[in-house]
Amino acid sequence: MDDRERLKLFEQTVLPHLDAAYNLARWLAGNDHDAQDVAQEASLRAFRFFGSFRGENARAWLLSIVRNTFYTWLRKNRPPEKMIEIDDETLEIEDISAEAEAASPQFADADAVRRAIAELPVEFREIVILREMEGFSYKEIANLAEVPIGTVMSRLARARKLLQKRLAAEFNPGDQ
Amino acid sequence: MNCQQAKPLINPYADGELEAAAILELEQHLKSCSACALAWRNVQGLKKALKQEALYFTAPAELRRRIKAELPSPAKETPPRHAWNWNWLTTAMSGAFAVCLALLLMERPSSQPPLAEEVVSDHIRSLMGNHLMDVVSTDQHTVKPWFNGKVDFSPPVKDLVAKEFPLVGGRLDYIDGRSISALVFQRHKHVINLFIWPAKEENSKPTALTPIQGYNQIHWSDGRMTFWAVSDLNGKELMEFVQDYEAEGQLK
Repeated sequence: MDDRERLKLFEQTVLPHLDAAYNLARWLAGNDHDAQDVAQEASLRAFRFFGSFRGENARAWLLSIVRNTFYTWLRKNRPPEKMIEIDDETLEIEDISAEAEAASPQFADADAVRRAIAELPVEFREIVILREMEGFSYKEIANLAEVPIGTVMSRLARARKLLQKRLAAEFNPGDQ
Repeated sequence: MNCQQAKPLINPYADGELEAAAILELEQHLKSCSACALAWRNVQGLKKALKQEALYFTAPAELRRRIKAELPSPAKETPPRHAWNWNWLTTAMSGAFAVCLALLLMERPSSQPPLAEEVVSDHIRSLMGNHLMDVVSTDQHTVKPWFNGKVDFSPPVKDLVAKEFPLVGGRLDYIDGRSISALVFQRHKHVINLFIWPAKEENSKPTALTPIQGYNQIHWSDGRMTFWAVSDLNGKELMEFVQDYEAEGQLK
């Protein structure tokens, strides 16, 4: 394949997933400026390594590069104490039942949901984005995020519990 | 099944990741246990909240421009060799690639039906520029008559908004040497093209084909019409779409 063909193929197979790349980067980095840097760097890396892509799932492939680019960027640009250590060993799949009906108003409030997601530890946040916004299966997420399926499940359960709590608190601040 | 056993299954159940045997048992339990049923409703409500369109960030035009500017333009010289230097890989990256490669090696593409490539090319072309829809409507009563006089058959137009696969429009397309109808559905940001034309072949059940360029495809025929559903949506949800489409009553 010559360079022109490679560029054309890259534009046809990988670039259509730029929205997904930016969305993940935006949720991970937390602001537009850093997200654009991460998504741009990841897209260019994807182009450099396009020769190693064999046409499996271009979106998953690109997102795995976004993820790696983000964590490299994070180590360089943010103080380590901001990274929360997640000990998956201690994460039992918890009791996910809520005490009360999670009423719908705060679930429909995009701003409230946005704040709740943003407050999740980044390791939980990425699983939520990959599952709910990108629709990947547990197995696909496990491959993409390089963690065992059990970890995907426990993080997802834990993240949902945190989101429900946060949204309930938003709606009923007096209860907390 | 008791609550202790049921609770860890609620999330996988909501995500469509539970095996059939466990589903039956869990559903039985949910009927009789109000606490678990509440937890189940809450997970569903939350999932719906997280799928809101407003939460998805689309790439700014500025980012697209920046990337295009950095990619070699077709007229330019060959990119410098160091761009392909593998030493550049961080350990984390090589891990990701090892996983990708392992997957690729395990799942070699099987033989494809002859039209599979053409259908995917059409799908990709439809996503470029303003090519996706000729008639933009979420109303099946608008989309169906739009095809009158444009194709020599009447495609079964259905809306699956209740199943969260809203119909968003239709398009005239050209596959296998004939004009065909394409219905456009959406799930969240994912576009599903459903290509329909009169069947030449026997009835066939919906079959998922090996993904091409990352796009999943499901092909089937009801004896009257032949159907191809194509999307970057994951295989499981695309199959759900096909099943919902097949189950939905047709507009007369």
